Amino acid sequence: MSTTTASPEAAPGLPQKPRENYLNVSYGIRSWLLTTDHKRIALLYLFSITLFFALGGFFALLIRLQLLTPDGWLVGPDTYNRLFTMHGIIMIFFFLIPSIPAVLGNFLIPLMIGAKDLAFPRLNLLSWYIFNIGALFTIYSILTGGIDTGWTFYTPFSSIYSNSQVASAVIGIFIAGFASILTGLNFIVTIHTMRAPGMTWWRLPIFVWAHYATSIIMVLGTPVVAITLALVAGERLLHLGFFDPRLGGDPLLFQHLFWFYSHPAVYIMVLPAMGVTTEIVAAFARKNLFGYKFVAAASLAIAVIGFLVWGHHMFVAGLSVYAAMAFSMLSYLVAIPSAVKVFNWTATLYRGSVSWQTPMLYALGFIGLFVMGGMTGLFLASLGADVHVHDTYFVVAHFHYIMVGGALMGYLGGLHYWWPKISGRMYPEMLARAAAIILFIGFNLTFFPQFILGYLGMPRRYATYPPEFQVLNVLSTAGASILGLGYILPIVYFVWSMRYGPVASSNPWPATGLEWQTSSPPPTENFETTPVVTWEPYDFEHRPDLGLPKPERARPEQLEPPGLEVRD
Amino acid sequence: MNQGIPLFPERASSFAAGVDTFFVFLVLVALFFSVLIGFGILYFSFRYRRRTSNPMGQLVPGSHVLEIAWMAVPFVIAMVMFAWGSKLYVTMRRPPSDALEVYVVGKQWMWKIQHPDGRREFNELHVPVNRDIKLTMISEDVIHDFFVPAFRAKMDVLPGRYTTLWFRATKTGRYHLFCAQYCGTDHSYMGGWVIVMEPSEYQAWLTGGSNSESLEQSGQRLFTQLACVSCHGEGQGPGPRAPGLRGVYGSKVKLNGGLTVVADDAYIRESILDPQAKIVAGYGPIMPTFQGVISEDQLLQLIAYVKSLGAPPAETQPAAAGKE
Amino acid sequence: MERTGALFRHFRDLDQQRETATLGMWVFLLTEIMFFGGLFLTYTVYRWKYPHAFAEGSRELDVVKGGWNTAVLIASSFTMALAVRAAQMKKRKLLCILLAATMILGGVFLGIKYLEYAQKFEHHLVPGPSFHFEGPDAPQVQIFFSLYFAMTGMHALHMIIGEGLMLTLLIFSWRGKYTAGYYAPVENGGLYWHFVDIVWIFLFPLLYLIDLHR
Repeated sequence: MSTTTASPEAAPGLPQKPRENYLNVSYGIRSWLLTTDHKRIALLYLFSITLFFALGGFFALLIRLQLLTPDGWLVGPDTYNRLFTMHGIIMIFFFLIPSIPAVLGNFLIPLMIGAKDLAFPRLNLLSWYIFNIGALFTIYSILTGGIDTGWTFYTPFSSIYSNSQVASAVIGIFIAGFASILTGLNFIVTIHTMRAPGMTWWRLPIFVWAHYATSIIMVLGTPVVAITLALVAGERLLHLGFFDPRLGGDPLLFQHLFWFYSHPAVYIMVLPAMGVTTEIVAAFARKNLFGYKFVAAASLAIAVIGFLVWGHHMFVAGLSVYAAMAFSMLSYLVAIPSAVKVFNWTATLYRGSVSWQTPMLYALGFIGLFVMGGMTGLFLASLGADVHVHDTYFVVAHFHYIMVGGALMGYLGGLHYWWPKISGRMYPEMLARAAAIILFIGFNLTFFPQFILGYLGMPRRYATYPPEFQVLNVLSTAGASILGLGYILPIVYFVWSMRYGPVASSNPWPATGLEWQTSSPPPTENFETTPVVTWEPYDFEHRPDLGLPKPERARPEQLEPPGLEVRD
Repeated sequence: MNQGIPLFPERASSFAAGVDTFFVFLVLVALFFSVLIGFGILYFSFRYRRRTSNPMGQLVPGSHVLEIAWMAVPFVIAMVMFAWGSKLYVTMRRPPSDALEVYVVGKQWMWKIQHPDGRREFNELHVPVNRDIKLTMISEDVIHDFFVPAFRAKMDVLPGRYTTLWFRATKTGRYHLFCAQYCGTDHSYMGGWVIVMEPSEYQAWLTGGSNSESLEQSGQRLFTQLACVSCHGEGQGPGPRAPGLRGVYGSKVKLNGGLTVVADDAYIRESILDPQAKIVAGYGPIMPTFQGVISEDQLLQLIAYVKSLGAPPAETQPAAAGKE
Repeated sequence: MERTGALFRHFRDLDQQRETATLGMWVFLLTEIMFFGGLFLTYTVYRWKYPHAFAEGSRELDVVKGGWNTAVLIASSFTMALAVRAAQMKKRKLLCILLAATMILGGVFLGIKYLEYAQKFEHHLVPGPSFHFEGPDAPQVQIFFSLYFAMTGMHALHMIIGEGLMLTLLIFSWRGKYTAGYYAPVENGGLYWHFVDIVWIFLFPLLYLIDLHR
C-alpha cells in the first residue's frame, strides 16, 4: 500500500552500512559555513543556540546564587539588574525562540513533507548568519557594560534613563528578529508549495501544523517588535522623541507595541514543543493520534487568538477597566485550544502500547508541567488575582513552567527522538532517562517555591529582599543546582554518542512519519526518489513496512465511558 | 510566620479575604486538572504499558462528543473565573467618592507621600484603619509601581499621568510597601511601610507633624506666586481673562469645538502644562504653559487648591470675558 | 513552461519554483505591512492625542516637493509594470530601458528627499538638541518630526534597497536571463517596488496634508 522509497534496510533493528549521507558527503569548514542543506543548517543552529543556552544559564546560576541571601551577598544591584536582563534576552531571543523551529523544524520539515529542501535554502543559510550577527551585537552589549532594563525594555527607563548599552542590545535583537522572520517565511512557503504528491494538508504531521502556526506568528509579530525596538534605538541614538514623557510621549504606547509581539512570542516558544510532543506521544504509544483535526485546528486557533491577548501584561499599567476585561476574556479563550490538545494527548495513551523510553519521558513531563504552567496562567488572566501577583515571583514561576518545563522539555524530547535520524547514532538510553528524571525533579524544586514566594508578595527583579523570603529562595537555588546537572548530562552524552553510540537504523522506534522512510542520517537530497504518500498520519494500521503487528480495532463495548461515538 | 513556611501574606484590607478566597478557588481548579491529567497520563502509561502481551496500540476512533465536551467544560469554568475575577477588579478600580485622598509621587528611588493636610512622608504611609483611602499617584521619572501585598493592592505609577489606587485597611499594623515595576538600580530598595493606626492614634500622628501648611494652603500660595490670579481672579467668579475656578473641580466643562469634559485631576494638570490642549468655550489660547517650571508636588498642591474652591456656582457659562 | 538554466535543484519544475518565489514575496510584503504598521499605529496614537501640534508640524513640510515625489513614484511603478510586461514578451532591450527608467525615477525621489531633509536641518526641525520651534506645542511638534523622520527615513531605506534590487534585475536582464521564458524575479521585484510605492501613497497625505487649508 505504501509506495515509498525506503532504503532496503528499513526494517527496524537492522543497522545499515555506512553510506553517503548529508554528514559525510563533504568535509571541511567551508562545506559547513557555505552549506544550503537544511539539515546542516539545522546543526549550525544547534551549535549556536547551545552556546547561547550555556551563557544564559550561566547568568541564571549567578542570579540564583545571589538570591541565597536577602542582602545581596554576591553582586551589587547594578550588576544584578544586568544579570537578569541578559539572562532574559539571551534565553528568549537567542535560545527559546529559535530552538525547536531552527533546529528540529529546519531539519525535519522537508523530510516530513517529502521535499528535497526548504523553499529558499540560501535564505535559510542567510538567516543563520543574521542570527549570529544579531547575537554579536548583543554580546558586544554584554562585554561593554551590559544592559539593565529588563528584557522588556520598558520606556522611559530604557529610552532615556538607563545608562547601559541599550542601543546595541536592541539593534542585536532587531537583527536577530530577521532570522526569525526569514525562517517563518521559509516554512510557510515550503509547506504550501513543496509537499510531495499525496501529502495533502490533512495528512501532514502535527509537527508541521504546529510549525505552520508558529511561522504565522513569527512572520506577523516579529516585525512589530522590530520597529518598536528601532524606535527605542532611534530615541537613544538620534534623539528622536517617541516615548519621552517630557515631550508628551505615552509610556503605555511602548508596552502595547512591545507586548503585541512578545505575547504571541510565547506561542512561538510553546507551539513547536506541542508539535514535538504530539509526534512522540503517537509514536511511543504506537497509536493513532486522538482527534487529529482538532489538534491541528487548535494549533491555528492558538496562533490567531494569541494575537489578541497582549493586554493581560498591562492590567495594572493604566488600562481602562473595559480594555482590561476584554483582554481577560480573550486570555481565557486562548487557553481552550491548549486544553483541547492536552486532553487529546491523554486520550491517545488510552489503549496504547506505551513505552517509557526517554522521548516519552520528556513528552509526558511536558504535558504535566505545561498543565501546571497553563493553569497558573489562568490566575494571571483573571483580573482579581493578577492585581496581587503581577510583577511578583508568581509570574516568574508561571513562565518558567511553560518555557522550561514546557518548551525546553519539548526541545530535549525532540532532540532525543530524532537524534538517530540526525546523527545516525543512538544516545545511551539509561543515562538519558536518568537525566530526564533529574531535570524534572530539579525543575520542580527550583520553580514551585516561587509560586509561593510570589503570592507572599516578593516582587520580581529584586536584588535584595526581606528576610522572611529567604527559606523559599534557598530551596529554589538548591533545585537549580540539580536542574543544572540535568542540562549538562545530555550535552555530554550526545557528543559522546556521535562517535561511540550504537549505529541507528532508519526507523529505530519505529514511527510512521515520512522522515523515517529514509536512511539515518539521510542523504543530502533527503529521498532517493520523491515519495508518493497514500496513508493518513499516525496510521499504524496500513503500514506493514514498519514490521509491527497490525493494531486491533477497539470494539465499541470495550470503550469507556459509554456514549463514545464510533467512527464508521 | 515563625512556624514553617507561610503561604499567604497577612490580610489587612477589605480586598484581601475576597482575593484569597478567589485564589483558593483557582488553586483548587488548577489542582483538579493537574491531578486529573497527571493521574490520567500516569495511569494510562502504566495500564497500557508496552509488554509482549501489548505490543501495539489499538485503533480508537475519535469522538466529536468528547471534543465538544472538553471544550465546553473548560470554557464554562473559565467564564466563572472571568466573572469572579472581573467583579473583584471592578471594585478595586472604583474608589469610593468619600475616600480620604492621599497623594503619592514616585521617583527613583523613593516614595514621596503627601497628606491633604500638608503632612509629608517619605517611604512610609500612615493611614487610619477602617477608612477608605484613595491614592492619586504620579512619577517624576520612570514607571514605578505601588504594591502592598497585605492589602492585595497594586497599581503602576506613571510619568505624565495620574493613576489611582484605593483600599480600606482593616487591621492595624505595619505592612510592606514594595515598588513592583523595575525602575533601575535601587528598585529593590524602593520600598517602605504602610502603617495602619487606630483613628485616635492617626489623629495624634497627623497633628504631631511640624506645623506645615496643608496642601490647599500651599496651592493657594502658589496660585498667587505664579500669577494665576491675574487671569483667573481670586476664585470668586470668572476672572478678567480666564474662566473662574470656583466649583470647577468635578464639573463638566464645555470646550471650544463642542466637546465637553469632566474637570478632574488629569484635566487640571493638563491645563497647567499644556493649556492649548483643551480651551474652555469662549476663551482664547492665551494661557502660558508652566511645563518645566513646576514640579509634580506643586501640581498636586494646585489641584488641591482648585478642589477646595467648592461646589459649582449658580450661574452656568461665564459671560464671554475672553477675547479671541 | 520553457526550461532554461533557471531551475534550482530542489524544485520539481519551473512552475513550482515560480509559485514558491511569488508566495515568498507576498509573505515578505506581509511582514513589511506589519513593520510599517507599527509606525502607523504610533502615528495614529499621537495624532489623536495632539491634533493641533501635528497640523502645525505638517504645515512646515514642503507640499510641492512631496507632491512631485508622489508623482515620480507613481510613474516609477508604471514603468515597473511595463517592465514586467516587456519580460513577459521577451523584449530584452525594452525591459532594460524600463528597469533603468524605474531606477532613475527612484533616484529622483531620493534626490528630492535629500533636499527636503537638508531643508529641515536648516530650519532646526530635526529632533534632538538643535530642535527649535516657536509656539507652545513645540514638544509635541518634536514628536511629529520624530515620526516624520522615522517614517520617511524607513521608507527611503526601503527605496535604497529597491534601487539595489532594480540594479540587480537590470544586470541580469541585460544578460538575457529574464527574457527566455522565466521572468518571476522581475515580477517579484515589481511587487516589492509597488509595495514601497503604496507605503508612500499613505505617508504623503498623513504627513504632508494635515489641515492643509488652515
